[in-house]
Amino acid sequence: MIYFDNSATSLVKPESVYAAVLDAMKTFGGSGRGAHNAAMNAARCIFEAREEISLFFNGYGANNTVFTQNATEALNIAIFGTVKKGSHVITTENEHNSVLRPLFYLEDKGDITLSVVNGNKNGVIDPKDVEKEINDKTSLVVCNHVSNVTGNKIDIFSVGEICKKHSVPFIVDASQSAGVFHIDMRKNNISVLCFTGHKSLLGPQGTGGLCVKDGFYIDPFKQGGSGVQSFKRTQPENMPERLEAGTLNGHGIAGLLAGIRYIKNYGIGNIFEKEKHIAKMFYDGVKDFKNVKIYGDFSSWDRGAVVGINIGDIDSAVISDILNTEFDICTRAGAHCAPLVHKHFNTENQGIVRFSFSHFNTEYEIKKAIDAIYELNELYEKGEI
Amino acid sequence: MALSKKTEKCVFTFESTADAMNMEKHCKECAIAGRIIPVPTSITAGCGLAWCADIIEKENILKFIEEKAIKYEGVYSVFLR
Ligand SMILES: Cc1ncc(COP(=O)(O)O)c(C=O)c1O
Repeated sequence: MIYFDNSATSLVKPESVYAAVLDAMKTFGGSGRGAHNAAMNAARCIFEAREEISLFFNGYGANNTVFTQNATEALNIAIFGTVKKGSHVITTENEHNSVLRPLFYLEDKGDITLSVVNGNKNGVIDPKDVEKEINDKTSLVVCNHVSNVTGNKIDIFSVGEICKKHSVPFIVDASQSAGVFHIDMRKNNISVLCFTGHKSLLGPQGTGGLCVKDGFYIDPFKQGGSGVQSFKRTQPENMPERLEAGTLNGHGIAGLLAGIRYIKNYGIGNIFEKEKHIAKMFYDGVKDFKNVKIYGDFSSWDRGAVVGINIGDIDSAVISDILNTEFDICTRAGAHCAPLVHKHFNTENQGIVRFSFSHFNTEYEIKKAIDAIYELNELYEKGEI
Repeated sequence: MALSKKTEKCVFTFESTADAMNMEKHCKECAIAGRIIPVPTSITAGCGLAWCADIIEKENILKFIEEKAIKYEGVYSVFLR
């Protein structure tokens, strides 16, 4: 099987991740639920993971590193926990439904007004267009770092500068960039960085979190057991417990920690270069096929390793299914949970066949994929698809 | 590579992934014809997975669905391979 659906979730993980999860399952009690050896095994590992993640993103320490199930949960906590009633929020058309749906919900409820910044022809967002939308009521800017459909990257440094200038909090969805690009919370003036563990951070599913700027207040999303201040009637105020009611996914977090350590050892720059090489090889291999259409901005390779294509007017679901059944190549078809991107590229009906790569992919796999697209292109020419 | 010819298929859609998985489980257990495919974009459906079988199986499958009280969204005729 050739796996090119890494933007959905990475399939191949480092051996150390598998080992860490198995070891955790055999040795972990509940973190913060007792002081015995088993509970402490979990507590120590989770604490190490907080420290490691905070360093990784140049965040604000272990206490400001909160674990969640995934980026969606992190984004919901960040958005619902900070948004002010009657205020104005800015986002972009590149966003995933995990950002859009909470914001549309708040807009429909009448709690906020919303501006959605559009990209240029290729879907690239100009930070100046974000600044143009800022007004006195703006209380939040939310955007992703890398689009899951096109791989386009937004200049978060410039957006961060704009947010700083206007004193507006800045939430970044790093689902598609964490583990491949250096993200520095302080340098980019990020108030909340939301990440997911199971994509390019190479951890297991069911892991993710948010790194919060020191002192930035987020209202708790859920209330419950925290392992601390058990006699307090309501959720403790202190971070990270304020945002973490319920037993954490210690087994998963152990795997996530191993994934991040692997990335550090391998070198994040090396991962980026390898992914770039693989993605570029695919792009160069298919871009001149007559009926292949590619979506997004490829003028620079400072971008995510995602190549979204279509062949003629063929339904993306049909192409993806043939790639699976005839070539054993896994891609994703359809709408990719990012409705406005499809509106932008006019692919609401056709969808897009997305190839998303990992540094574990090989040149051999790319050659196979290029051959497959070549064949499908020929079949399309002959009217046989 | 030569693709098989397009023929008329019946495509069952679902509101949720869980419903699609339930369909596959039941069909596999009882050797009912068909397989899971990504839902063709010409069909509007809640879930991205659909059950696809030859059109001649349609009545059979509908009967099976009723017998097992399997939840589905709709059924369409589409030319697919
Ligand atoms: C840009 C973007 N944001 C958010 C998410 C949500 O991630 P998760 O499904 O892990 O919550 C994804 C992935 O599905 C994504 O690509």
